[in-house]
Amino acid sequence: MSGSDPTHTYRQEAADLLEQLESDLLSLEGAPGNQDLVDGIFRALHTIKGSGAMCGFERVAAFTHHLETAFDTVRKGHAVATPELIALTLAARDHIGHLIEQPDTTNDAAGIAILAELSGLLMPAAAAPVATTWRLRIRLPRDAMATGTNPLLLLDELRELGPCTIVADTDAIPPLEELKPTDCYVGWDVTLTTDRPRSAIEQVFLFVQDDSEIQIAPLDEAVASAAPAAAPAATPRGEVRAIDSIRVSATCLDALMDRVGELVIAQSRLKQIASASSDMQVKSAAEDIERLALELRDTTMGARMVPIGQLFGRFRRLVHDLARDLNKEIAVVFSGEETELDKTLIEHLADPLIHLIRNCADHGIESPEQRAAAGKPAQGRITLAARHLGHEVLISISDDGRGLDRARIRQRGEEQGLLAAGATPSEAELFGLLFQPGFSTAREVSSLSGRGVGLDVVRRAIMGLRGSIDIASKAGHGTEITLRLPLTLAIIDGLLVRVGGGRYVIPLSAVEECVELDAAEDARTRGRSFLNIRGSLVPYLRLREIFATKAPLDPYQKVVIVSAGDLRVGLVVDQVIGNHQTVIKSLSRLHASLGTFSGATILGDGTVALILEVSHLLAVGQGREERFKAAS
Amino acid sequence: MAVANAEPLCVLTFDLQGEIFAIEATRVREILDPGPVTEVPGAADFVDRLINVRGRVVPLADLRLRLGMEPRPPTVDSRFVVVEAGDGPDAIAVGVCADKVYEVTELNASALEETPRIGVRWRPEYIRWIGKRGADFIVVLDIDRIFA
Repeated sequence: MSGSDPTHTYRQEAADLLEQLESDLLSLEGAPGNQDLVDGIFRALHTIKGSGAMCGFERVAAFTHHLETAFDTVRKGHAVATPELIALTLAARDHIGHLIEQPDTTNDAAGIAILAELSGLLMPAAAAPVATTWRLRIRLPRDAMATGTNPLLLLDELRELGPCTIVADTDAIPPLEELKPTDCYVGWDVTLTTDRPRSAIEQVFLFVQDDSEIQIAPLDEAVASAAPAAAPAATPRGEVRAIDSIRVSATCLDALMDRVGELVIAQSRLKQIASASSDMQVKSAAEDIERLALELRDTTMGARMVPIGQLFGRFRRLVHDLARDLNKEIAVVFSGEETELDKTLIEHLADPLIHLIRNCADHGIESPEQRAAAGKPAQGRITLAARHLGHEVLISISDDGRGLDRARIRQRGEEQGLLAAGATPSEAELFGLLFQPGFSTAREVSSLSGRGVGLDVVRRAIMGLRGSIDIASKAGHGTEITLRLPLTLAIIDGLLVRVGGGRYVIPLSAVEECVELDAAEDARTRGRSFLNIRGSLVPYLRLREIFATKAPLDPYQKVVIVSAGDLRVGLVVDQVIGNHQTVIKSLSRLHASLGTFSGATILGDGTVALILEVSHLLAVGQGREERFKAAS
Repeated sequence: MAVANAEPLCVLTFDLQGEIFAIEATRVREILDPGPVTEVPGAADFVDRLINVRGRVVPLADLRLRLGMEPRPPTVDSRFVVVEAGDGPDAIAVGVCADKVYEVTELNASALEETPRIGVRWRPEYIRWIGKRGADFIVVLDIDRIFA
């Protein structure tokens, strides 16, 4: 079991602290007077230093010590957390990260430079006093007056520091029969504006602070500013921490998932045997086991679910740095951070999302001057939102930038031969061009993007997760990219069908309906494979042909209509067998490249059934539809 | 050209169409009785089936097609030999059809020869060594290359 190695434990602990540190620093930028954040940052640095010294990370401890000293000036109120200071501290945080990862090989030069700049920044700032408004909550102990404290004198001392508003809290005063005149029942809530440092305020309570409840906090300045960046600062920091949780190694969770998967398979075999048996006790036991297995499956899958906010949090730093690099003002807003996703999905989403955010920052959001000229606020906004919809998760990345230039895309498309000259593509087709490898409308290639490598890689990554990606845009207003992903990778509800002698599973979430294939329709030639479903034409594919099945044709063919987004196709099968709890087993690399199948599963009787890749079949169906339209 | 490694090679020998083939014993995971197989439409012809090995989905290969032999129906002695092909993260489990499984045996290094370029009936790139034991030739297969 891990944990006995202090280095390993320290690394894990430090990773958490550094993450929180980064988050707090970014929040502090939007609320420079927030003392809670400053204290939190200071505590984190202090812990990193102390534990580092204990576990043998001397260089980390030494560097952090200097950083801590520098930041102490901010904590004492002698310096203000300006954006430059925050950026420097973020750089310092990165340096600490490097020192922890590679304690022997990291160059000290970077660290020394950072510390030098830091002290340069902080020295002159120490002289400038800043007027801050503080909220004080004063609750003295019952016997305060009996021991010689005069609360009114304390309040007078506060008034000397600056203008205050004092409100007495009389809630604790008992009815007259119980009142003891020498006891202090009154508390005070004070709002004080002063340019003296916090230590001056603490000084007032020097002799009473041990037994009293004195809380001093600066009023959040974020309230005054209109910047949407205030939103992340307003979120109480402690919220996520309060959830009762325990660290579990990922391998342990995966092993648990495997066992549960096998249990579900074994249980479905038992179900088959029980349904064939006439023994009531066996049937009843099998039912109980089925219920328990499904509950276990749901709970275990729940254990793997992680709120997407974890991923979103990493992007705050990304956008902050991007904005600085590009000399643009960009705020990032999150919604739906509590939306949960399977943990493996989250890991695979990081890179595609990073790329999409980069695109927004680089190509979408205009420079402050351009935005002003367009009548937009100087600060651009990138919004990341996530929500559940049925069996899927929808993640959208949108910006309020310049939007996509249809004319330019069409021009590029024609130049690259992807569009016929004079063709009138639909919006979906036009934006679809952006996913072609090598397609880029960027006039120049920046260090971030423009090479045309990105979007097709993003799309492949999303499709590898059995998801889909859509683009919507309004010129001048912005662009929105929506990702649709299945909720889980491991176990799905499937529809079991038979084609010839083989059985296949179609993910139930993609199935719209099942219809009979009219015998007359069936006799028609290939070129006219369309069904009329309540007025709309749906192309259909004969899976027998696609699979080159040699078994004889069943008389009554069924069509399973599947869909994803706007696309629909009918899949003609010999028989629809029924619902099936499908534990997805991935195909080995020998078969993984086959587009038609996304995986395999084991049926109740122990045989293997392949799982159909609906998006591939939809693409084939769509290809047929387009050829049909082109021909007619 | 004899093999440089002096240690004897431990192999599992099996029969395919009257010829004795062998796979390094360290690569062999298990030997199963033939069971239900599922066809994979669209797969390469030599590995177009899947089997269930205790809850795992494993591809099933017919080495005959890979080596250039004619396919034959299974017999009562047929077995599936599950082997491990590839190294490290690329390693996969693959089932291989055998007409008859003989034994795990050792071949002396001196008995192993590199595959000659000519004169070998089967695709030479899939053969690691040709061993001699008594009057028999034993063809030691290169599992990694076959399933690369």
